[in-house]
Amino acid sequence: MASDLALLGPVVDAGLILAAALTLLAGYRVIKGPTVPDRVVALDTIGTNVVAIAVLFALDSGQGLFVTVSLVLAIIGFISTIAVSQYVIEGDIIE
Amino acid sequence: MNEIHQLVVAALVVVGSFFLLVGTVGLLRLPDVYNRMHATSKATTLGASSLLLAGFVYYGPQGAGLTSLVGIVFLFLTAPTGAHLISRSAQKMGVPLFGKEAKWPGEESD
Repeated sequence: MASDLALLGPVVDAGLILAAALTLLAGYRVIKGPTVPDRVVALDTIGTNVVAIAVLFALDSGQGLFVTVSLVLAIIGFISTIAVSQYVIEGDIIE
Repeated sequence: MNEIHQLVVAALVVVGSFFLLVGTVGLLRLPDVYNRMHATSKATTLGASSLLLAGFVYYGPQGAGLTSLVGIVFLFLTAPTGAHLISRSAQKMGVPLFGKEAKWPGEESD
């Protein structure tokens, strides 16, 4: 639906390209990050960027279902961040 | 969908993309895990919330637009919680603060 709009289509396409590039750049911090919390922070950022990509795709394709997809991705990202940070603390205590 | 409607959605998309850019540059360039967590948890949440607000303006107050509002509330509730948990686990792991003179409150400065 957004493809027949003269103004909105290029803006949303540019936003999609920028968000995808930023997600790839955050992967650098996941690989290189000096400590484990750096990697957790970078993975959290990637999760938020993927939420933004899903919303931009919902605007681009005109299908409102992808907004629900972004909400589910946000919930999964929050649960995974809590699980990994708790695992980091407990793992240090056990060893 | 008239011109004003498109202009509002495009402006919100531009603002959201700018805040995503600021957050990721902060993640890549800041020197410490606490500084990086600060940059990403504020700026990236603002960016994603602005994009969700663009989705609300695009889809109207029913269906997908209402889901966008629920997504904004969820992000504003959970992003500070996750950032607090990450910084607390980093402190318990003993990740040092950046700089020589910075200390945790309660620590004796030798």
